[in-house]
Amino acid sequence: MADVTFTVDGKQITAPTGTLLIDACRKVGIEIPAFCYYPGLSLQAACRMCLVRIEKIPKLQTACTTPVAEGMIVATETDEIKQARKAMLELVLGNHPLDCPVCDAGGECELQDMTFKYGAAESFHTEMKQHREEQQWSPVVYFDRPRCILCYRCVRVCGEGMDVWALGVQNRGVTSIIAPNKEDHLECEECGACIDICPVGALTSGAYRYKTRPWEMNHVATICTHCGDGCKTTLGLRSVDDGVEIIRGDNRDKSGINGDFLCIKGRYSFDFANHKDRLTKPLVRRPDGNLAPATWEEALDYAGKRLAEVRDTRGGASIGVIGSNRTTNEENYLLQKFARKVLGTNNIDHHRTADYTSFARALAGHQDRAASLRDAGTAPAILLIGNDPTQQHPMLAWNLRTNVRLNRARLYVANHAEIKLLRQARASLAIPQDGYAGLIGYLAGDDSALAGTESSAAFREVIRKEENLLILFGSEYRGRDIDALVNFGLGLPNAKFACLSDYNNSRGAADMGLMPDLLPGYQPVASPAQFADEYGNLPQTGGLDLIAMFDAASRGELGALYVVGSNPVSRYNIAPGALKDTFLVVQDMFLTETAVLADVVLPAANLYEKTGTVTNTYGDLQLVKKAADKAGVRSDFELIVRLADRMGANPKELVSYGIGMRADLGQSRGVQSGESDRHAVWLAANHLEPKLSPFDPFAILDEIQRLVPDYQVDRLALLAGNDERTVPPLVHIDNASSKTRSDGVLPAQDTLFTSGTLGRYSSILDEVMESRETKSAGAAATTSLDVST
Amino acid sequence: MSVQETIFTSELAARFDKLVTIYPLRRSALVPMLLYAQDEKGYLSDEVITEIAQRIGITELDTRNVISYYSLLRTQPAGRYHVQVCTNISCMLRGANEIFDHCKKTLGIGNKQTTPDGMFSLEEVECIGACSWGPAAQVNYDYYENLTPEELDKVLEKCRASVVQEGKGSQA
Amino acid sequence: MANLVSHPDVVPLLSMRFGKGASALDRYLELEGYQSARKALEMGPEWIISEMKASGLRGRGGAGFPTGMKWSFVPKQSEKPKYVLVNGDESEPGTCKDRLIFEHDPHSVIEGTIIAGLAISAKMGFIYLRGEYRYLLKIIERAIEDAYAKGFLGKNIFGSGRDFDIVSHTGAGAYEVGEESALMESLEGKRGIPRIRPPFPAVVGLYGGPTVINNAETIATVPHVLRIGSAEYAKLGSERNGGTRLFCLSGHVQRPGVYELPMGYNLKKMIYEVAGGIPGGKQLKAVVPGGSSTPVLLPSEIDIGMDFDQVAKAGSMLGSGGVVVLDESVCMVEFALRTIKFYQHESCGWCIPCREGTDWLKKTLTRFHSGGGVNKDIDNIKYLAENMLGKTFCPLGDAAAMPTIAFIKKFRKEFEDHLDGKPCPYAHTAESVLV
Repeated sequence: MADVTFTVDGKQITAPTGTLLIDACRKVGIEIPAFCYYPGLSLQAACRMCLVRIEKIPKLQTACTTPVAEGMIVATETDEIKQARKAMLELVLGNHPLDCPVCDAGGECELQDMTFKYGAAESFHTEMKQHREEQQWSPVVYFDRPRCILCYRCVRVCGEGMDVWALGVQNRGVTSIIAPNKEDHLECEECGACIDICPVGALTSGAYRYKTRPWEMNHVATICTHCGDGCKTTLGLRSVDDGVEIIRGDNRDKSGINGDFLCIKGRYSFDFANHKDRLTKPLVRRPDGNLAPATWEEALDYAGKRLAEVRDTRGGASIGVIGSNRTTNEENYLLQKFARKVLGTNNIDHHRTADYTSFARALAGHQDRAASLRDAGTAPAILLIGNDPTQQHPMLAWNLRTNVRLNRARLYVANHAEIKLLRQARASLAIPQDGYAGLIGYLAGDDSALAGTESSAAFREVIRKEENLLILFGSEYRGRDIDALVNFGLGLPNAKFACLSDYNNSRGAADMGLMPDLLPGYQPVASPAQFADEYGNLPQTGGLDLIAMFDAASRGELGALYVVGSNPVSRYNIAPGALKDTFLVVQDMFLTETAVLADVVLPAANLYEKTGTVTNTYGDLQLVKKAADKAGVRSDFELIVRLADRMGANPKELVSYGIGMRADLGQSRGVQSGESDRHAVWLAANHLEPKLSPFDPFAILDEIQRLVPDYQVDRLALLAGNDERTVPPLVHIDNASSKTRSDGVLPAQDTLFTSGTLGRYSSILDEVMESRETKSAGAAATTSLDVST
Repeated sequence: MSVQETIFTSELAARFDKLVTIYPLRRSALVPMLLYAQDEKGYLSDEVITEIAQRIGITELDTRNVISYYSLLRTQPAGRYHVQVCTNISCMLRGANEIFDHCKKTLGIGNKQTTPDGMFSLEEVECIGACSWGPAAQVNYDYYENLTPEELDKVLEKCRASVVQEGKGSQA
Repeated sequence: MANLVSHPDVVPLLSMRFGKGASALDRYLELEGYQSARKALEMGPEWIISEMKASGLRGRGGAGFPTGMKWSFVPKQSEKPKYVLVNGDESEPGTCKDRLIFEHDPHSVIEGTIIAGLAISAKMGFIYLRGEYRYLLKIIERAIEDAYAKGFLGKNIFGSGRDFDIVSHTGAGAYEVGEESALMESLEGKRGIPRIRPPFPAVVGLYGGPTVINNAETIATVPHVLRIGSAEYAKLGSERNGGTRLFCLSGHVQRPGVYELPMGYNLKKMIYEVAGGIPGGKQLKAVVPGGSSTPVLLPSEIDIGMDFDQVAKAGSMLGSGGVVVLDESVCMVEFALRTIKFYQHESCGWCIPCREGTDWLKKTLTRFHSGGGVNKDIDNIKYLAENMLGKTFCPLGDAAAMPTIAFIKKFRKEFEDHLDGKPCPYAHTAESVLV
């Protein structure tokens, strides 16, 4: 759009036609205060804080509703305007309690900040302020009515943003009030967006309230450990006796791929880290058959010795390794290197929730066809086949809704279920649960592939006319179906694709070669190329996949199994007896169904307690920063290195540390930040940082970037906290041999309130599930009572 | 959205079925529908809200948001005769406050209260458009103007009498 | 129901059918009904709009915007359907004129709506009545039914080949809904919160379509303008203020009532001659000239013509035609409190200055009137009102602020007489007002 030029406070500004005055001003650093205005949400003009004087208009105007116009002359900070703003604040403060010293928002309250700026310190009312008791609306949401200044941000973010519409405005005039959808409580997605968007302390979270003052926390921005979207969450931290505790999660600075969006898991489900069942001591199975605490020395020694024994006596092929889809890329890479180089086995796998291998094969050789999560927020048209993003990919769902709402994107949905995103769909097609493969045939023109109707024909028609279509597909598609889908899509101009999986680093696990037949970057084990040069001797025949490992174990053919951050016994319903003849080492946070069978259990750190990178399901690579700390646990990275050491391997061959430039670094990572940190970031980005420790994941990131071309991203941007695109995977997969390949995908089917084994240890998720069950049971009881009377 | 089992009389249900069709948007029928439902049921109970939300195709929250905005709509029962005394300026100048005080005394209830027998409720209301004929009051929807305390007593008496009359009618 | 009044100076135009049974269609037709609609059909939209412009008719809701001009803002071409919306949400204290129109002459509203529809090429109109006017809803519903039966509404109206529908609609108690954009929200089944403008209703209005919104009295005037001709109509009134309007006289006058008088009619004469002066030989203290939101006038300020421009010149507004007369016995603090109490009750609560401002004004005035006032309160009341003025989301804030400022300015002494725990000098105050 054409630009217009206008004057604000004597300064000439140019902005595109249609830009709101408030945005145009903010862009050039002229701060116009506002409570009700929030970018991306509908306009309210309710708080009147953004009043400005525009020449030739008799009344003051709201900058939040005024589009800029050519030649407009605006004043934003005259005495008249300052007085108007001061008066608004005086009016709000008439009833707003001055309980700032005990208010959660104290110190990060927009009302405080504006009062600081505009004065309004004088109180001239003698009447009492209106007081109302605080209400708990859900395990997550508390409402303190007197603090509410009625900016309606919460109502809009819940309705327009989340499409939940659980908050409303009731009564009128001075009795106006924000009300929850179930009269005295909320039934919603518990995302907490209303709390974070609240400019004051009217809405507070059950997870954080009254725990601390904002200025007493440190803040570290890292990546959420839950679903495959990989949102950035800024964790609020404080020191406690046994380390550093997380007490808050949000992303209010809007940095990162998710802006200020987070779902309940990103905002609140970090609490598993403080669960009372958290393992903090290694456990070793004693001769009496019981697991008992042991020293690190003892546990590592024992595990290393036994693994070496099995390897040396029965060969590497009798050892299995199961990795995690929540550990970092560096850990995953290191784990497969350890398996292949130290254990000498290709028996390595993880719980796969999407068939990335087939996706990589199908996209091989095509540039710019893999979509970022960001594309879902900007693509003019989207085809969503399978999956239920509202439940499984909340950030993706947010992007799709926002894109439809703000950009009028055309969303097409084909699904066997009535998913919530149908409400945003321009067109939709209900297909049978087994109709996904047929759908592609049908879209490609084969009328017999799907029992078509008039509406399905129309659906196909509009899809085939789309240019720049973003195709999102769930785990309904695997193997050859993915080829068919991608082939169909490649026939449309500029179509892009994304394959949806279930966990934070599912993509990274596949990319980093936690596969029996593939090395990092989907390089077949039979042709190891650069990996052979790097690693030396490598087993070159494909190994056992996860199921086959357990089959082998139950036949007594698996001498040892090393499980890192995974709970296959529960996930795959493995009979506990299957592992009776297998030496089992498990690294985990909790004594899971798998860990309880182990001979050695090593207490592991979670994603919030370590540094590294993760790749979301779209291939966006992001930095994970160490935020929290827990005495007694160690990162999976460190544990792998230590185990290798105990097996007699040379740690230097596993992790190339001790090279690089010497420099005065100071504190380089962790919760500290500052000048020395930025200095270190630059050094690290330029591969100049000396990796002084074998536990330094950046030493492995160097190696990943050297050997896996997909991961050659701008390191400085990555370290600065940006999401960086990995390029489409390599071309190495042999089409002929892949025909017989099993995809091994087992969808997790998590909902908004579950997150695999980890989710069971989150008390907030527990509470939400429980409160929903109680409430619905209560409702059922009332209904049946009505019937009987 | 269709409703399987209505809680309203068949006449009102039929009226509602038609009401949602006469506007370009279904939702326009909401406010009249609430008012008519209140006329029949006395107030907007949870059941009424549930059915009307269903008929319009909106959430109950949304319905409550609207209800709570309009001063004629109520979610609690009122008296059989809802006495609404205007005390706004024009009526006030002609003695509306005295009329209102008289009501309170005669009925023995305060503003927004209901007599124990459920016969009368009292409310001080804003201008009802009877400024040139004040002081004025509405009993349910009926206007009574140029009121004096004596006139008002007659009106209340008439209300009581008509209930007695109805009672006799139903016995016969 | 409401009794009718008369006076030799009355110019019966709008009121020509009052008391003549014209709610019956046959009677309306006998009294020259629906002739203007036929004429409008014959002459076409451009003629209608030019007649309206020439008539000098200005909106009777309060703002006084020229009606013909308003209609001409509606774009000729529109993807979305256009609508006519009649504002019968009469709620401004002191105003009771639309009630008489609906009661005695409902077809004039229907006919006016048809003509407005023809002027902007709309096919549908809505008549919005305030919820309290239930008995009028029945009258207008009946009138609409009759008009349909005669073929004046519906398909092929008057055999012209054109279609026009009218739907009557009831509100449920909210002064704010009288604001035109809040009225549209309310008609769409929502809370009556005003809309952000621009876009203005003439471009994006009801259901997103271009919409003409007029006060019921304005619409009822339309057939008369076409009936007697714009020149004749304009001549009845004063300069730039065509025609007649219904003035509602209330309060301390001998013969309160609704009188149709020419625009520009002298206010003093209106009070002392038409309405018979102040009863009981009392002295006049103040006049609220156009509904409770208009600044009060002192007896020395009422020798003015009642049209939009002359009243504005006197520092007040013609508003909705509600002339409220106060004699010497009135406590101005109590009167100010009752005025504010209304706006506090009716504020929609959307924006800070109106929601909080009206409430603090009410609280302070309540305390003040009951003897708890201190000197600083007087300035605080003024400060509150001045800081609301011109800063609220819609005119309701101004409607509360303007009279308040005038009360303080013109009756400061009376406020001072209430200070320091002194009892109200006008001891007759009932307790109700203090609630």
